[in-house]
Amino acid sequence: MSEAEEAAEVRALVAGHGDFAAGIVSAVGQITGRAEAFLTLSNRDMSAADVERAMRDQVEGRVEVIFTDLPAGSCTMAARRLQRERPNVVIVTGTNLATLLDFVFHTDVPAAEAARHAADKGRAALVVTGGSTGGH
Amino acid sequence: MAIELFRIDDRLIHGQVVVGWGQPLDLTFIVLVDDEVASSEWEQELYRMGVPPEMDVHFHTVDEAAGKLDGYQRDERRGALLTGDIETMARLIELTGAIRRVNLGGIHHRTGRTQRLRYVFLAPDEEQALRVLAARGVDVSAQDVPAARPLALNEVLSGEGNR
Repeated sequence: MSEAEEAAEVRALVAGHGDFAAGIVSAVGQITGRAEAFLTLSNRDMSAADVERAMRDQVEGRVEVIFTDLPAGSCTMAARRLQRERPNVVIVTGTNLATLLDFVFHTDVPAAEAARHAADKGRAALVVTGGSTGGH
Repeated sequence: MAIELFRIDDRLIHGQVVVGWGQPLDLTFIVLVDDEVASSEWEQELYRMGVPPEMDVHFHTVDEAAGKLDGYQRDERRGALLTGDIETMARLIELTGAIRRVNLGGIHHRTGRTQRLRYVFLAPDEEQALRVLAARGVDVSAQDVPAARPLALNEVLSGEGNR
Protein backbone atom coordinates (compact mmCIF):
# COMPACT_ATOMS: atom_id res chain seq x y z
CA MET A 1 0.00 0.00 0.00
CA SER A 2 1.41 3.40 -0.89
CA GLU A 3 1.70 6.20 1.64
CA ALA A 4 -1.09 8.10 -0.08
CA GLU A 5 -3.40 5.08 0.04
CA GLU A 6 -2.60 4.52 3.70
CA ALA A 7 -3.45 8.11 4.48
CA ALA A 8 -6.86 7.74 2.86
CA GLU A 9 -7.81 4.71 4.95
CA VAL A 10 -10.58 5.36 7.47
CA ARG A 11 -9.24 4.38 10.89
CA ALA A 12 -11.44 6.03 13.52
CA LEU A 13 -14.62 7.89 14.33
CA VAL A 14 -14.53 11.33 15.95
CA ALA A 15 -17.76 12.19 17.79
CA GLY A 16 -18.83 15.10 19.94
CA HIS A 17 -20.92 18.16 20.60
CA GLY A 18 -21.86 20.73 17.96
CA ASP A 19 -19.22 21.01 15.25
CA PHE A 20 -16.46 19.56 17.42
CA ALA A 21 -15.82 16.54 15.20
CA ALA A 22 -16.05 18.37 11.87
CA GLY A 23 -13.94 21.23 13.23
CA ILE A 24 -11.12 19.22 14.74
CA VAL A 25 -10.96 16.88 11.73
CA SER A 26 -10.83 19.93 9.48
CA ALA A 27 -7.81 21.10 11.49
CA VAL A 28 -6.16 17.70 11.09
CA GLY A 29 -6.75 17.98 7.34
CA GLN A 30 -5.25 21.46 7.18
CA ILE A 31 -2.13 20.37 9.05
CA THR A 32 -1.54 16.89 7.64
CA GLY A 33 -3.80 16.35 4.64
CA ARG A 34 -5.08 13.20 6.35
CA ALA A 35 -8.61 14.17 7.35
CA GLU A 36 -9.86 11.10 5.51
CA ALA A 37 -8.62 8.97 8.38
CA PHE A 38 -11.73 9.98 10.31
CA LEU A 39 -15.46 9.60 10.15
CA THR A 40 -17.30 12.32 12.07
CA LEU A 41 -20.48 12.46 14.13
CA SER A 42 -22.29 15.30 15.91
CA ASN A 43 -24.84 14.66 18.65
CA ARG A 44 -26.62 17.95 17.97
CA ASP A 45 -30.35 17.72 18.76
CA MET A 46 -30.26 13.94 19.01
CA SER A 47 -31.61 11.65 21.70
CA ALA A 48 -29.29 9.18 23.35
CA ALA A 49 -30.87 6.39 21.30
CA ASP A 50 -30.36 8.34 18.07
CA VAL A 51 -26.70 9.00 18.88
CA GLU A 52 -26.16 5.32 19.59
CA ARG A 53 -27.89 4.30 16.36
CA ALA A 54 -25.93 6.79 14.28
CA MET A 55 -22.67 5.73 15.89
CA ARG A 56 -23.42 2.06 15.32
CA ASP A 57 -24.15 2.78 11.64
CA GLN A 58 -20.88 4.65 11.26
CA VAL A 59 -18.66 2.24 13.14
CA GLU A 60 -20.05 -1.16 12.18
CA GLY A 61 -17.38 -3.15 10.43
CA ARG A 62 -15.32 -0.08 9.62
CA VAL A 63 -13.43 1.21 12.65
CA GLU A 64 -12.56 0.08 16.16
CA VAL A 65 -11.40 3.41 17.55
CA ILE A 66 -13.74 6.18 18.71
CA PHE A 67 -12.49 9.59 19.79
CA THR A 68 -14.94 11.71 21.81
CA ASP A 69 -14.81 15.17 23.34
CA LEU A 70 -16.25 14.91 26.84
CA PRO A 71 -16.49 12.06 29.36
CA ALA A 72 -20.07 13.00 30.27
CA GLY A 73 -21.17 13.54 26.69
CA SER A 74 -23.85 11.47 25.02
CA CYS A 75 -21.35 10.41 22.34
CA THR A 76 -19.12 8.90 25.02
CA MET A 77 -22.13 7.19 26.58
CA ALA A 78 -23.12 5.77 23.21
CA ALA A 79 -19.56 4.62 22.56
CA ARG A 80 -19.47 2.81 25.90
CA ARG A 81 -22.73 1.05 25.10
CA LEU A 82 -21.23 -0.06 21.81
CA GLN A 83 -18.06 -1.14 23.56
CA ARG A 84 -20.10 -3.37 25.85
CA GLU A 85 -21.06 -5.47 22.83
CA ARG A 86 -17.68 -5.15 21.15
CA PRO A 87 -14.91 -5.13 23.78
CA ASN A 88 -12.29 -4.64 21.06
CA VAL A 89 -13.55 -1.06 20.54
CA VAL A 90 -11.17 1.53 21.99
CA ILE A 91 -12.56 4.85 23.24
CA VAL A 92 -10.44 7.93 23.80
CA THR A 93 -12.32 10.75 25.49
CA GLY A 94 -11.10 14.29 26.11
CA THR A 95 -9.70 14.30 22.59
CA ASN A 96 -7.63 17.28 21.48
CA LEU A 97 -5.88 18.17 18.25
CA ALA A 98 -2.52 16.79 19.38
CA THR A 99 -4.19 13.43 19.97
CA LEU A 100 -5.54 13.18 16.44
CA LEU A 101 -2.34 14.47 14.85
CA ASP A 102 -0.34 11.72 16.53
CA PHE A 103 -2.94 9.12 15.58
CA VAL A 104 -2.92 9.84 11.84
CA PHE A 105 0.84 9.38 11.60
CA HIS A 106 0.88 5.96 13.27
CA THR A 107 -0.45 3.86 10.43
CA ASP A 108 2.26 1.22 10.92
CA VAL A 109 0.56 -0.19 14.03
CA PRO A 110 -3.01 -1.38 14.66
CA ALA A 111 -5.46 1.48 15.18
CA ALA A 112 -6.11 0.51 18.79
CA GLU A 113 -2.41 0.73 19.60
CA ALA A 114 -2.11 4.02 17.75
CA ALA A 115 -5.04 5.38 19.77
CA ARG A 116 -3.37 4.57 23.09
CA HIS A 117 -0.15 6.25 21.95
CA ALA A 118 -2.12 9.25 20.70
CA ALA A 119 -3.90 9.63 24.03
CA ASP A 120 -0.53 9.92 25.79
CA LYS A 121 0.53 12.59 23.29
CA GLY A 122 -2.69 14.50 23.74
CA ARG A 123 -2.37 14.45 27.51
CA ALA A 124 1.19 15.73 27.33
CA ALA A 125 0.25 18.50 24.89
CA LEU A 126 -1.88 20.35 27.42
CA VAL A 127 0.48 23.05 28.68
CA VAL A 128 -0.09 26.35 30.47
CA THR A 129 2.36 29.22 30.07
CA GLY A 130 2.48 32.75 31.44
CA GLY A 131 0.44 34.46 34.11
CA SER A 132 1.05 34.56 37.82
CA THR A 133 2.59 31.50 39.47
CA GLY A 134 1.70 32.61 42.97
CA GLY A 135 -1.47 30.56 43.30
CA HIS A 136 -5.04 31.79 42.83
CA MET B 1 -29.62 25.07 48.27
CA ALA B 2 -31.25 21.65 47.84
CA ILE B 3 -32.42 20.60 44.39
CA GLU B 4 -32.06 23.57 42.06
CA LEU B 5 -33.18 21.86 38.87
CA PHE B 6 -35.86 19.30 38.10
CA ARG B 7 -35.18 18.34 34.50
CA ILE B 8 -36.74 16.02 31.95
CA ASP B 9 -34.05 14.94 29.51
CA ASP B 10 -33.97 11.67 27.59
CA ARG B 11 -30.16 11.74 27.60
CA LEU B 12 -30.19 11.85 31.43
CA ILE B 13 -26.58 12.61 32.44
CA HIS B 14 -24.67 14.29 29.61
CA GLY B 15 -22.59 17.37 28.81
CA GLN B 16 -25.37 19.96 29.07
CA VAL B 17 -26.31 18.75 32.54
CA VAL B 18 -22.88 18.10 34.03
CA VAL B 19 -21.11 21.11 32.53
CA GLY B 20 -23.76 23.44 31.05
CA TRP B 21 -25.91 23.52 34.19
CA GLY B 22 -23.47 21.99 36.64
CA GLN B 23 -20.89 24.77 36.49
CA PRO B 24 -23.11 27.88 36.81
CA LEU B 25 -25.39 26.29 39.41
CA ASP B 26 -22.45 24.77 41.27
CA LEU B 27 -24.16 21.39 41.31
CA THR B 28 -22.48 18.81 43.49
CA PHE B 29 -25.01 16.00 43.27
CA ILE B 30 -27.40 14.49 40.76
CA VAL B 31 -30.45 12.41 41.56
CA LEU B 32 -31.24 10.22 38.58
CA VAL B 33 -34.77 8.83 38.75
CA ASP B 34 -35.35 5.98 36.36
CA ASP B 35 -36.75 2.54 37.18
CA GLU B 36 -34.65 0.80 34.53
CA VAL B 37 -31.35 2.46 35.43
CA ALA B 38 -32.04 1.89 39.14
CA SER B 39 -32.19 -1.85 38.47
CA SER B 40 -28.99 -2.07 36.41
CA GLU B 41 -25.52 -1.86 37.94
CA TRP B 42 -24.03 -1.58 34.48
CA GLU B 43 -26.18 1.44 33.55
CA GLN B 44 -25.33 3.11 36.84
CA GLU B 45 -21.62 2.60 36.29
CA LEU B 46 -21.97 4.05 32.79
CA TYR B 47 -23.50 7.25 34.13
CA ARG B 48 -21.09 7.44 37.08
CA MET B 49 -18.15 7.40 34.69
CA GLY B 50 -19.56 10.51 33.02
CA VAL B 51 -19.43 12.80 36.00
CA PRO B 52 -16.43 14.39 37.71
CA PRO B 53 -15.29 12.68 40.92
CA GLU B 54 -16.45 15.56 43.12
CA MET B 55 -20.06 15.13 41.93
CA ASP B 56 -22.25 12.50 43.61
CA VAL B 57 -24.86 10.57 41.66
CA HIS B 58 -27.80 8.84 43.34
CA PHE B 59 -29.94 6.35 41.43
CA HIS B 60 -33.53 5.70 42.42
CA THR B 61 -36.75 4.20 41.22
CA VAL B 62 -39.68 6.62 41.24
CA ASP B 63 -40.99 5.13 44.48
CA GLU B 64 -37.61 5.37 46.20
CA ALA B 65 -37.11 8.94 45.00
CA ALA B 66 -40.50 9.95 46.35
CA GLY B 67 -39.44 8.75 49.79
CA LYS B 68 -36.08 10.48 49.68
CA LEU B 69 -36.98 13.78 48.02
CA ASP B 70 -37.55 15.65 51.24
CA GLY B 71 -34.07 14.68 52.43
CA TYR B 72 -32.51 15.89 49.20
CA GLN B 73 -34.42 19.15 49.48
CA ARG B 74 -32.87 19.72 52.88
CA ASP B 75 -29.36 18.95 51.62
CA GLU B 76 -26.97 21.86 52.12
CA ARG B 77 -25.44 21.27 48.69
CA ARG B 78 -26.96 22.10 45.31
CA GLY B 79 -28.29 19.28 43.19
CA ALA B 80 -30.30 18.40 40.09
CA LEU B 81 -32.97 15.74 39.70
CA LEU B 82 -33.29 14.11 36.29
CA THR B 83 -35.90 11.93 34.66
CA GLY B 84 -35.74 10.59 31.14
CA ASP B 85 -39.39 11.17 30.31
CA ILE B 86 -42.46 13.16 31.24
CA GLU B 87 -44.30 10.18 32.69
CA THR B 88 -41.61 9.53 35.29
CA MET B 89 -41.53 13.17 36.40
CA ALA B 90 -45.35 13.27 36.51
CA ARG B 91 -45.42 10.15 38.70
CA LEU B 92 -42.87 11.67 41.06
CA ILE B 93 -44.89 14.88 41.31
CA GLU B 94 -48.04 12.87 41.90
CA LEU B 95 -46.39 10.93 44.72
CA THR B 96 -44.73 13.89 46.43
CA GLY B 97 -46.67 17.03 45.51
CA ALA B 98 -43.42 18.81 46.31
CA ILE B 99 -42.05 19.85 42.94
CA ARG B 100 -42.94 23.37 41.89
CA ARG B 101 -40.86 23.84 38.74
CA VAL B 102 -39.96 21.48 35.90
CA ASN B 103 -37.44 22.08 33.15
CA LEU B 104 -37.90 20.48 29.72
CA GLY B 105 -34.31 19.95 28.67
CA GLY B 106 -34.37 17.37 25.91
CA ILE B 107 -37.24 15.27 24.58
CA HIS B 108 -36.18 14.21 21.14
CA HIS B 109 -37.78 12.87 18.02
CA ARG B 110 -39.67 9.61 18.19
CA THR B 111 -42.52 8.20 16.11
CA GLY B 112 -45.79 9.87 17.10
CA ARG B 113 -44.16 13.01 18.43
CA THR B 114 -44.45 16.48 16.90
CA GLN B 115 -41.59 18.97 16.98
CA ARG B 116 -42.29 21.90 19.31
CA LEU B 117 -38.75 23.19 19.74
CA ARG B 118 -35.37 22.23 18.36
CA TYR B 119 -34.94 19.94 21.36
CA VAL B 120 -38.54 19.22 22.35
CA PHE B 121 -40.80 16.79 20.49
CA LEU B 122 -44.10 15.79 22.10
CA ALA B 123 -46.79 13.18 21.55
CA PRO B 124 -50.41 14.22 22.24
CA ASP B 125 -50.53 12.29 25.53
CA GLU B 126 -47.27 13.92 26.64
CA GLU B 127 -48.67 17.39 25.87
CA GLN B 128 -51.73 16.53 27.92
CA ALA B 129 -49.57 15.31 30.81
CA LEU B 130 -47.68 18.63 30.79
CA ARG B 131 -50.95 20.58 30.74
CA VAL B 132 -52.10 18.60 33.78
CA LEU B 133 -48.89 19.47 35.61
CA ALA B 134 -49.31 23.15 34.77
CA ALA B 135 -52.95 23.07 35.88
CA ARG B 136 -51.90 21.81 39.29
CA GLY B 137 -49.51 24.73 39.68
CA VAL B 138 -46.21 23.32 38.44
CA ASP B 139 -44.18 25.89 36.50
CA VAL B 140 -43.23 24.00 33.32
CA SER B 141 -40.75 25.64 30.99
CA ALA B 142 -38.27 24.61 28.31
CA GLN B 143 -34.63 25.64 28.48
CA ASP B 144 -31.79 23.50 27.18
CA VAL B 145 -28.94 25.55 28.66
CA PRO B 146 -28.84 28.33 31.29
CA ALA B 147 -27.91 30.99 28.72
CA ALA B 148 -31.09 30.34 26.72
CA ARG B 149 -34.35 32.13 27.47
CA PRO B 150 -36.76 29.85 29.32
CA LEU B 151 -39.89 29.24 27.28
CA ALA B 152 -43.19 28.87 29.11
CA LEU B 153 -45.28 25.80 28.37
CA ASN B 154 -47.82 27.78 26.33
CA GLU B 155 -44.99 29.09 24.13
CA VAL B 156 -43.72 25.55 23.66
CA LEU B 157 -47.09 24.05 22.78
CA SER B 158 -48.13 26.90 20.50
CA GLY B 159 -44.91 26.67 18.53
CA GLU B 160 -44.11 30.32 19.35
CA GLY B 161 -40.80 29.20 20.81
CA ASN B 162 -39.68 28.07 17.37
CA ARG B 163 -40.11 31.51 15.82
